[in-house]
Amino acid sequence: MARVVTPAQKSINTAAAWVVALIIFFPILWTFLTSFKPEEVAVASPPVFVGFDWTMQNYHDVIAQRGYGSYFWNSVVISVGSTVLGMIIAIPAAWAMAFVHGKRTKDLLMWMLSTKMMPAAGVLVPIYLMGKSLGLIDTRFMLMIVLMLMNLPIIVWMLYTYFREIPGDILEAARMDGANLMSEILYVLTPMAIPGIASTLLLNVILAWNESFWTLNLTTFQAAPLTKFIAGFSSPQGLFYGKLSAASVMAIVPIMVIGWFSQKQLVRGLTFGAVK
Amino acid sequence: MKNSITALLGASAMTLVASAGFAETLTVATVNNGDMIRMQGLMQAFYEAHPDIQVNWVTLEENALRQQVTTDIATGGGQYDVLTIGTYEVPIWGKQGWLVPLDNLSADYDVDDLLPAVRGALSVDDTLFALPFYGESAMIMYRTDLAEKAGIQMPASPTWTDVKAAAKAMTDKDNEIYGICLRGKAGWGENMALLGAMSNSYGARWFDMDWNPQLDSAEWQETVADYLDLMQNYGPPGASSNGFNENLTLFQQGKCGMWIDATVAAGFVTGPDSTVADSVGFAQFPNKEGVDNHGNWLWAWSLAIPASSQKQDAAKTFIEWATSKEYTELVASEQGWRAAPPGTRSSLYENPDYLADAPFAEMTLESMNAVNTQHPSVQDTPYTGAQFVAIPEFQGIGTDVGQQMSAALAGQKSGEEALAEAQTLTDDAMIDAGYK
Repeated sequence: MARVVTPAQKSINTAAAWVVALIIFFPILWTFLTSFKPEEVAVASPPVFVGFDWTMQNYHDVIAQRGYGSYFWNSVVISVGSTVLGMIIAIPAAWAMAFVHGKRTKDLLMWMLSTKMMPAAGVLVPIYLMGKSLGLIDTRFMLMIVLMLMNLPIIVWMLYTYFREIPGDILEAARMDGANLMSEILYVLTPMAIPGIASTLLLNVILAWNESFWTLNLTTFQAAPLTKFIAGFSSPQGLFYGKLSAASVMAIVPIMVIGWFSQKQLVRGLTFGAVK
Repeated sequence: MKNSITALLGASAMTLVASAGFAETLTVATVNNGDMIRMQGLMQAFYEAHPDIQVNWVTLEENALRQQVTTDIATGGGQYDVLTIGTYEVPIWGKQGWLVPLDNLSADYDVDDLLPAVRGALSVDDTLFALPFYGESAMIMYRTDLAEKAGIQMPASPTWTDVKAAAKAMTDKDNEIYGICLRGKAGWGENMALLGAMSNSYGARWFDMDWNPQLDSAEWQETVADYLDLMQNYGPPGASSNGFNENLTLFQQGKCGMWIDATVAAGFVTGPDSTVADSVGFAQFPNKEGVDNHGNWLWAWSLAIPASSQKQDAAKTFIEWATSKEYTELVASEQGWRAAPPGTRSSLYENPDYLADAPFAEMTLESMNAVNTQHPSVQDTPYTGAQFVAIPEFQGIGTDVGQQMSAALAGQKSGEEALAEAQTLTDDAMIDAGYK
C-alpha cells in the first residue's frame, strides 16, 4: 500500500530538501561571490555577502598572470581521453561479469573496488618512477592512463549494475540469430544500455576533471590541467582569496554547465538499480 | 621578385628553426608571491640578454611545491631546472646531495655582497647551494600615532615587558583597536614561526644535545604563558585563525597597535593599500631581559638547481641574473626602489635612493644582521635553524605543536596542557624518526 503523504509533510520535506541543497551549494556560491570582491573585501571580518563593489579585476589578473587556454584544453583531453579509454576496457569486462558470471565474479568485483581504498600517495613513487623510465612524466597520455586506472573500478561497477538489468534472453536471441561476440556487445547490448553508459561517461568525465592528486604530481608545464592552474594562486604572502576564487570559478564552470544540462541522466544513472 | 621573396622567407624560416634548435627551455618551480610575479613580468630583459634560453614557470602553492619537488628530486625525475625554496629546505637538501653546489659563480656576480646571515643560511660547510631572491627577518611594526596618544615611547630594541606595556596602553577594544596582533593559525610556518622565534628570544630550545624535546622546559612555559597573556588580553578576537595575511589586513585597516612579523610586511603596511601608511614605526624583535637573542627569524626565498636537472649551465645563468644587482636595478628603474627585492644584498642598504624610498630599510638590515642560524638559541643545540629546526621531521612536528598552541589560544586548553601534549607528540616523532 502506498504511503499517504499529507500536504504539510510534503511542504516540510520540500523545505528540508532546499535547506540541504543550499548547504551543499553554499561553498560554490561563496567562491563565486568572492571572485567578484576586491582582495581586501574577500578577507573582511565579518564577511561581506553581497553589499560590495563588484569587480572583474580578479578575472583580469588571473588571465594576465597565467593564461587559461592550454590548461583548459589539457583538462578536456585528459578527462575525455581517460573516460573513453576506460569505457573500451570496462564494457567488455562488465559484459563478462554480468552475463557470464562464475563463482568468483562477486569476489573479483569487490577486489577491484578494494583497490580504491588504498591512499593514492602510497603508489606515487612507483608510478612516478615508471613514468620517468618511459619518458611519460608531464604528458597528457600518462595522465589519461593513470586516471583511467584510478576510475576503472567505478566504471566497471556502474556498467555491471546497468547490464544486470538487461535480460540475458535478448542477448541469447541475438546469438541464435548468428551474432558473434563483438556484434552482440556493439549492436545489441550497447544500444540498450545507452542511458547507463551515458551517465557512467558523464560521471567519469567529472571525476577526471576534478582529480587533483595525480594531475598535480605528474605534470609540470606541458600537460598541466586546470587543477594546476588553480593551485598556483594560493600565496604565502599577500592577499589572494579573490584571485584564487576567480581561478576556481573559471575551472569549475565548464563542468558545472555540463552537469546542469545532464542532471536528469546523472540522477537516473546514479540511482539506477537502487530503487526497486 | 617572387623568387627573392621565397628565398627570404625560406632563410627566415631556417633561422627560426636553427634558433629554436639551440634554445634551451628551463622549467622553474615557484611560489605565488608578489616578487616572483614581478619577475615574470620583467623577463623580456633576460630574453634579450640570453636569446638562447626560454623559461617556463610552474607556479604552485607552497606545500604542493615542496611535495612535488621532493618527489621529483628523490626519484631523479629531472622535471625542474630551477626550484624556489627557502632557508629551511636548502641545508637539508644540500646535505643530501639533491642540489647543485654553486661554488663557481661568475666573477661579476659579487657573491661577497650577499648578507652574511642569508649566505650562511643557504650554505652547507661553506658551500652555497642556493642564491637568495629575497630575504626577511622579523621586527615590530607599530602605530606611532597610537603610541603617542597612549603616551608611550617605543625603544628601538624593546623587551617583551616593554611590548606588553605598550600593548596594554594602546588597546581600545571599544573602537576595535587591539594592542597587539600575532600569528595564531596553526602551522610550522604560521604560528610556530612566531612562537619559534619568540622561544629563541626567551632562551628556550627545541631539543637538548641528545635530541630530547625541551617543550616542557621553564623557558617554553614562560614563552607560551606570555604569548597567551598578550593575545587573550590585548589581541583581536578569533586570533587562533589569523596568519600573516589576516594580520596584514587587520594592521592595514588600523586595528592593530603592534604587529610582530616578517620584515617584508613593512613594504605593505607603508604602501598604498594601507590606511595607516603614514604612521608606522619599526623596532627590533623583542627579547627577554637578560637573554641576548632577538628571535633569530630568518627566511629567504631562494633559487636552487636540482642535481637531476639536465640543463644546469643555463639554469645557473638564469639564477645568477634573477638574484643579481643588475636585476635589482631593473626592478627599480621599472617600478621604483620600493619594489626592489629586499634582504639579500648589502649594496641595496648602501643605496641612498633605496634608503630614501624605504623607511623600513635600516631596521630590516639591523634585524637580518642580528640573526645567527648556526646558533638559533643561547643554549647549545644539536641543530641549526632559525624560527624553525632544520631537520626534515620539523614540518610535521612544527605543525602538530602549532595545533596545540592554536587550541590553547582558542581557549580549548591551558598553555601547560598544550605544552605537555606537544612534548609527548614531539618525543614520539623523534623516536619514530630514529633520533633516540
